This record gives sequence, structure tokens and C-alpha cells, in this order.
Amino acid sequence: MKTNLKKLAADLDFEPLSGINLLDRIPQSAYVSDLLSDVIGKAQPGMLWITSQVHKNIVAVASLKELSAIIIVNERQIDDEVVKHAEDEGVVILASHLPAFETAGKLYIYLNRAE
Amino acid sequence: MEVQYEIRGGDFSAAGQASSEIKKLLKQFNIDPQIVRRIAIALFEAEVNVVAHAYKGIMKADIDTDSIRVTVEDEGPGIEDIDKAMEEGFSTASEAVRQMGFGAGMGLPNIKKNVDEMILTSIPGSGTCLKMKVLF
Ligand SMILES: Nc1ncnc2c1ncn2[C@@H]1O[C@H](COP(=O)(O)OP(=O)(O)OP(=O)(O)O)[C@@H](O)[C@H]1O
Ligand SMILES: [Mg+2]
Repeated sequence: MKTNLKKLAADLDFEPLSGINLLDRIPQSAYVSDLLSDVIGKAQPGMLWITSQVHKNIVAVASLKELSAIIIVNERQIDDEVVKHAEDEGVVILASHLPAFETAGKLYIYLNRAE
Repeated sequence: MEVQYEIRGGDFSAAGQASSEIKKLLKQFNIDPQIVRRIAIALFEAEVNVVAHAYKGIMKADIDTDSIRVTVEDEGPGIEDIDKAMEEGFSTASEAVRQMGFGAGMGLPNIKKNVDEMILTSIPGSGTCLKMKVLF
């Protein structure tokens, strides 16, 4: 059975910041990058995107690529304005309390086990 | 049908608005969502390039029954070497722009991959003009 974002967030201790009503999405793998055009070029629809970027343009990238969620790492503070923009655009933002390496590692094990 | 939007150089909080408006417009027509996605990606990259590298610009879209043609023209430093600018990884983005995660040198290659026709011309010291066409 494939895990949805709601279960994944609960199991891995990711805090949903936007798109609470969209957590039934089933994530397909993940991509780690802080370079926006790299994500635009290489990420696939349905992927999770692990990043430490927190400015407004990440919402546009997630929306353009139809990513299942953005996972913010390193306890970066995210502005209310960005969260609101994500809500409007149907973009899920989850906050991880770990750095990118640990977040990706946990997620890698989790997704490969769940699938 | 023709629409046009202004793009302000340096204004990253508004970056993407013009391309997002055109995407919304296209969604109202009966166009393959895959094609709409390709157009939206190319327009976003083109818009961000004006914001990141130029002073101001205009995005003009001409939507026909079988294709969309978009011209993005800006006033800015222009591009000295177009072939080099088209290479993956080439970027002259400032440190501040790189901090935001732009400057991978992937924008123009991403545009090329997503459109059917692309013509990039520039007068160094004056501005840049990017013409794109996507068939429906
Ligand atoms: N409108 C423009 N005006 C002036 N220079 C431009 C413009 N568009 C692109 N360039 C030049 O071409 C280079 C490559 O552009 P490209 O979009 O591929 O990468 P980038 O914008 O630097 O980084 P990325 O798009 O990956 O965030 C830019 O760094 C810049 O030197
Ligand atoms: Mg670019």
C-alpha cells in the first residue's frame, strides 16, 4: 500500500504548514536541491522536494512541476505570506526539524519500505 | 487573442505573476495539460531571467487556435555571447540572486527543452529579446 502525505508526515515528524486538506496525495520519490531551475529541469510530477529555500518562488516551482509537497529543512522560518501563497496555489509545505541529509535519509528508507 | 504584462527587474516577490496569468488563461481553453505545463515552465524561466538579469521587460503572448507565441523583451545589460548563455551551467547571476537558489544556469536550457521554437537575440548594453512558440 502506498503511503499518503498525512501518514508520512505523522510517521516522520514533519509538520504540515500549508495544504492540510491536500494530505491525501501519494508522494512519488523525492528530489533534493536548493537550485530552482535544477528542480524545474529534473524533478518529476508527484515528487517531494527537500530544500532549505523558503522564499515565495518555491511555491511557483512546486506548482509548475505539480510536486506533491515541499519539505523545508534546517528549521528555516517561513513567512506567513509564503504559506498563504502556498494555500492559494494548492501547494503542500511540510517542515522537517532535521537538516537535509537526515531528512532525505529518513525519507529514503521510509519510501522504499512503504512501497 | 493578445495579452501583455510588465515585468519589473529585481522584484522577486512578483516574479512568476505574468507567466501564471497566461497559464490561467490557457487552462480555460481546451489545451492538453501537458502542453500547458511546458508553456508555463518556459514562461516562468523567461520571466525570472528578466527579474534576475534585466531592469524591466514586457511579456507579450499571442494565443491562436493552434499555437501560442510569446515575446519577452527587456531593457538590461543584454547577453554578450548567446551560445555560451545557452550552455547548461553558465550563469552570471549575482551572489544575492544565487542565495535565492537562482543561477544554476539551467533556465535557458529548460526553456529550450519545453518549447517548439526559440529565438534569443540581444544587443549588449541595451537589452534582450526572447521569442518562443509552442504548438497545441
Ligand atoms: N534577460 C536577460 N538579460 C541579460 N542576461 C540574460 C538574460 N537571460 C539570460 N541571461 C544571461 O544568460 C545566462 C544564463 O541564463 P539561464 O537562465 O540559463 O541561467 P541563470 O538565469 O543564470 O540561472 P537559472 O536560470 O538556472 O536560475 C544568465 O546568467 C545571464 O548571463
Ligand atoms: Mg535563468
